[in-house]
Amino acid sequence: MTVLRLSGITKRFGPLVANDDISFDLKKGEVIALLGENGAGKTTLMNILFGHYVADEGNIEAFGQLLAPGDPKAALAAGIGMVHQHFTLADNMSVLENIALGTESLWRPRLDRSLARRRISQLSSDFGLAVEPDASVASLSVGERQRVEILKALYRDARILILDEPTAVLTPAETDALFRTLKMLVANGLSIIFISHKLHEVMAVSDRVLVLRSGRLAGERTTARTTRRELATLMVGQEVTPPKVAGVARGEALFALERVSTAPLGSGAFLHDVSLTLFAGEIVGLAGVSGNGQAALAGLIAGTENPASGKMLVRGKLVGGWSPRAALDHGIARIPEDRHAVGTIGDMSVTENVIAERYRSSPFCRRGFLDWKAAKHFAEGLIRDYDVKCPSPEARIRLLSGGNMQKLILGRALDPEPAIVLANQPARGLDVGAVAYVHGKLLDARARGAAVLLISEDLEEIVALSDRIVVISKGRLSAPSGRGERTIGEIGELMAGHSEVAA
Amino acid sequence: MRLEPKPAPSFAATLAYPLAAIAATVLIASLLVLAAGASPFSVFYLVAKGAAGSQFALLETLTRATPLIFTGLAVAVAFRAKLWNIGAEAQLYIGAVVTVVLGTGALPLPAGLLIPIIMLAAMAAGALLLAGPALLKTRFGVDEVVTTLLLNFIVLLFVSMLLEGPLKDPMGLGWPQSSKVVADAQLPRIIQGKRLHFGFVIAVAAAVVAWVIMKKTVLGYEMRAVGHNPEAARFAGIPVNRVLMKTALLSGGLAALAGFSEVSGLKGNLTLDLSPGFGYSGIVVAMLAMLNPLGVVASAIFVAGIFVGADAMSRAAGVPSYIADVMVATALLSMVTAILFSRYRVRWR
Repeated sequence: MTVLRLSGITKRFGPLVANDDISFDLKKGEVIALLGENGAGKTTLMNILFGHYVADEGNIEAFGQLLAPGDPKAALAAGIGMVHQHFTLADNMSVLENIALGTESLWRPRLDRSLARRRISQLSSDFGLAVEPDASVASLSVGERQRVEILKALYRDARILILDEPTAVLTPAETDALFRTLKMLVANGLSIIFISHKLHEVMAVSDRVLVLRSGRLAGERTTARTTRRELATLMVGQEVTPPKVAGVARGEALFALERVSTAPLGSGAFLHDVSLTLFAGEIVGLAGVSGNGQAALAGLIAGTENPASGKMLVRGKLVGGWSPRAALDHGIARIPEDRHAVGTIGDMSVTENVIAERYRSSPFCRRGFLDWKAAKHFAEGLIRDYDVKCPSPEARIRLLSGGNMQKLILGRALDPEPAIVLANQPARGLDVGAVAYVHGKLLDARARGAAVLLISEDLEEIVALSDRIVVISKGRLSAPSGRGERTIGEIGELMAGHSEVAA
Repeated sequence: MRLEPKPAPSFAATLAYPLAAIAATVLIASLLVLAAGASPFSVFYLVAKGAAGSQFALLETLTRATPLIFTGLAVAVAFRAKLWNIGAEAQLYIGAVVTVVLGTGALPLPAGLLIPIIMLAAMAAGALLLAGPALLKTRFGVDEVVTTLLLNFIVLLFVSMLLEGPLKDPMGLGWPQSSKVVADAQLPRIIQGKRLHFGFVIAVAAAVVAWVIMKKTVLGYEMRAVGHNPEAARFAGIPVNRVLMKTALLSGGLAALAGFSEVSGLKGNLTLDLSPGFGYSGIVVAMLAMLNPLGVVASAIFVAGIFVGADAMSRAAGVPSYIADVMVATALLSMVTAILFSRYRVRWR
């Protein structure tokens, strides 16, 4: 039985076609995986389905009824529930209040707590979604918050559940628990659309896979009768080859943290008694679930944060007066996690962006005046050398795609041949071609003797590139392991915060 | 209703939006003129004639534009770095106070030396006045909109105190006004016997200097970077707080020149009505110029022209000269709206 039918959905943003004539059916009790690179149009499609956007063409039928476009209330009433990538929970309220929020009539002064509590406990026991209804949401872990989000949808009698990148923030164990829940939901007759760009998850959880590529439906496969390789090819339109890692002799210690702690600052964990040494000619991979202290560690190396205690050494010498400028002067190249908010100044030109770290030195600066000719020449060189697609060096960098933006950031960071490279999530959200390019550049830096720290939430990336792997959890680092010394499962255990038992 | 970003507008669009803004301004002002019982055509004709219809009118418009160029530049450079200096009015008055203190005989120097010294001292005072709020912003995160705005009232009361006390003109028949500055401290007139003075030349020169700073220098680059994205600027190693401090000094100094030029070039002494809100109008001037220093000269002349023209029109047509305030305000709102529409598309629901 078909519960949901999308017919000819097209959505344009200016000249960009985010969705191009997309049609598919969802059956009762079925899990469809929507697979595609970031920017392939998955989230746009789901936002149309849920009424956040209005499609330019095409229509949607839920349970045989035409769905009013652009109306999230209609979608909810039709039994469509959505679990967003970024949770939409009120931190200061309890689990019960969050779930019941918006379902009660405005004219009833009080929430019927006992009734709500009964329904929630019924739902959580039915689907293995254990939560404490009276706990405050602020005190919940990421995995628990996701369960609350799913319960919220079920509480509103959702029959179709859309999950947008649900595993991005989960540990491997939490991911397994989520998959078990999804199986139970399906067994109870719900239908699920699972959005992801991770192949192994799609293979594990779905019945059918729809592959989106640059806004078009690139292919549809039955999961049981396809392979990861085939899906990857559909996704990117070409064969994917893993990077080849040549052996490089490890050199001297270039950067070291000795028992460093940082002060608590805003959200995210702070570092606690962390020691780490980066050697010339190696890539160290830092694995971990996001929010476990990566930001603090990256800030420390990048110069935006100072140690509260402990020592920081560059080439064996203690550093003082730490700042982004000092980090650059010590030969540290930084590729920031957020290329839009931190890596680039969107409303300034490509030229202005690529000189941002070096504008005070020759050849760009003469007696307080900028040499725009030299700057433009430098930008043109980077555009050529790093194969950046952009209309001109004068174009605002905001107009470039993520991959081209990242190539410029790489060029800016790596052009001076730095001794130390901090790469924080350098390949996140890029298409496969750009990912391979970024990895190649990091391996090049390693080959000429740079020390590289690669911070990533993508374990496969870490395992493929790193000479040594350390795992960060709650602001503490695990002991490093060499290439192939720990299995993915063991690394996952460390990510979940289970410390290794001495054998 | 939501806004969706548009790709870069075409050249035709960049021209069409400001023209549409002007058309909207004229239309709205016409309705108000009709409501006041006069004919829009004759009123606009009279405004234009009053602003530029004769040598006298034109010179008067340029004279009125002079302080607006200074305050407009002060706002333009500060806003470029997203330092919201709403206190140009206070900086103007401090510049005027310094001009009066040094220019009424305290320094027995020839004009060629005295005027530059007074200018620099006035700039320093205005710069220091804005340095306070900038320091509070960079150190403690205090909102500079509040501090600079409130300083306007504090400084005006301070000036009022000075004019009732230490700076009061003993020959002023009890009026709260200062003595006149000496002849050597006065800026010469551009045309003998007319009110237009060399302050206008200094203002245009300041606009050129500000333009060069913004476009060609390291400081201008840093200011733009800090204004567009302070977090990325800090990450790239740009000393954000130091740049904001330099911006404050530059902006405060420019605004203070307005006070110097009004006293030394036009009025000769300091009174409490030295500025009919030049500091605040500077914000309108800068926004109309889209923060471009050379554009500030043009928009200051435009705004001054409307005020001067409306005065003349009011006498002839009997429509209150407040229509000038309304027209300038409408022009600003239409311009801001036009900029919005040139960057975003509006989607209903």
